[in-house]
Amino acid sequence: MNRFELELKNNNFICSECLRCKKLVWPPSDYCDKCFGNVTWRQISKIAILLEYSYKGNECFGIVELEGQIRVIGAIQSSSKLQIGQQLILKKCDYDGKAKFVFELQEDTKSI
Amino acid sequence: MKKVGIASSGMTKFTKDDISIESLMVASVKPIFDGAKNLTQKDIDVVLTSTNSNEKYLANIVSELSGISPKTAHSVESLCNSGTNCIVSAYAYISSGLADVALVVGAEKNDSPGRVLNWDMSRGQYGHPIYWSSLFTSSHIRKYGTTMEDLARVSAKNHRNALNNPYSYFKHSYSFEEIMNSETLTDNVRLLDCSMTCNGSASILLASEDVINKFTDKPIWIKGIGQKSISAGFTKNNDLASMRSTSLASSDAYQLSHVSPSDIDVVELHDAFSICEIMALEDLGLAEKGKGSIYVKNLYETNDNRINPRGGLIGAGHPLGATGIAQTIEAYQQLQGLSGKRQIERAKTALVHNMSAAATSSTVLILQS
Repeated sequence: MNRFELELKNNNFICSECLRCKKLVWPPSDYCDKCFGNVTWRQISKIAILLEYSYKGNECFGIVELEGQIRVIGAIQSSSKLQIGQQLILKKCDYDGKAKFVFELQEDTKSI
Repeated sequence: MKKVGIASSGMTKFTKDDISIESLMVASVKPIFDGAKNLTQKDIDVVLTSTNSNEKYLANIVSELSGISPKTAHSVESLCNSGTNCIVSAYAYISSGLADVALVVGAEKNDSPGRVLNWDMSRGQYGHPIYWSSLFTSSHIRKYGTTMEDLARVSAKNHRNALNNPYSYFKHSYSFEEIMNSETLTDNVRLLDCSMTCNGSASILLASEDVINKFTDKPIWIKGIGQKSISAGFTKNNDLASMRSTSLASSDAYQLSHVSPSDIDVVELHDAFSICEIMALEDLGLAEKGKGSIYVKNLYETNDNRINPRGGLIGAGHPLGATGIAQTIEAYQQLQGLSGKRQIERAKTALVHNMSAAATSSTVLILQS
């Protein structure tokens, strides 16, 4: 496993950021996809915005955006009806050959 | 640049029979020679293979098995639009003057590694194509009010069209009611909204304007080409209710061919899932944004088969590397007037739309008689 996958497995979502232009490079890469600058790893905020979602049985999945730049598909946990644009929290990430992301509606987080 | 035309074609039936990729390929090359007058192996300058198979050196293997010793032989891989990208590569060899005759051979096995793009980690644990299809569908429903009935009409129409396609995987059609009641995969994608991967092969012979009349009395010309790659990863699609690569590729193809959407008589478009046909109709400029469902409803209710007359991917099956070539063969035969029960009357201009990986890339060809 590479650094990104190891960190994901340790429930830590990191991404490469360009040292020159500060762009987040997603998916992680060795060079910036805008200016080919060198990159460093940095922690990604756990706050995400819900862009779209659907269900497979009782399991909700959706596409979310973090830090206005990184989009991923993950599981969405919510006790109430979801709305596009709602704020979610990255509850868990993992790696077992595939990246795994679980997000939770923020008001659910607060009520715990 | 030299004009490039289609001189001959060959297909295998789409099945799940146990057959090697090499045998599949040669089986669709044979009808190329049967259908082209005066064609010998020595005439072929280029052999290109289109597949996602892990088998190596296939263009050279197929050349050897077919008794061809081409100047150029290699494979083209681009997931589901490998086929049309392979045709564009062959076109480039000929139009540039590097070659006069190119054989394009596409094939795929049912268990193709091209079904899922493992690189795309932004899909998380939702790597299977039904998930991006479901998110496209959610977005189109939210933005334009598309219904599950609208989606079922796409599949019912294309399964009905496939009844007249002797190479189709499916041996019978599915009704609107069967599709509405088919197994639920997600809350807006049913089993019969999906195209099915299968074994199949399709081959096409391209030739320059200098030599094409040696092989056929009815050449069909490739007049427009558009290709666009937005990204590889699904999550770089900004608007999930449209396919930007398709609109950009079609715009280039229309411009190159001096053709507008209203000039198109017959279309083969990439209905990997029901929602894809509705979105493609809009992004190809054939229907207004948000009106793709109404366009399909009209086709369905009037038995109009001008969109996906061979049944599309949903009705005919989807052997990835062969699909774009099979689509182009349908357009070629329609313009030749040789499509039998599927024939669109007086078809003069055809459009082929082939895409990959949630429309992160698209290829559009415009053909004319």
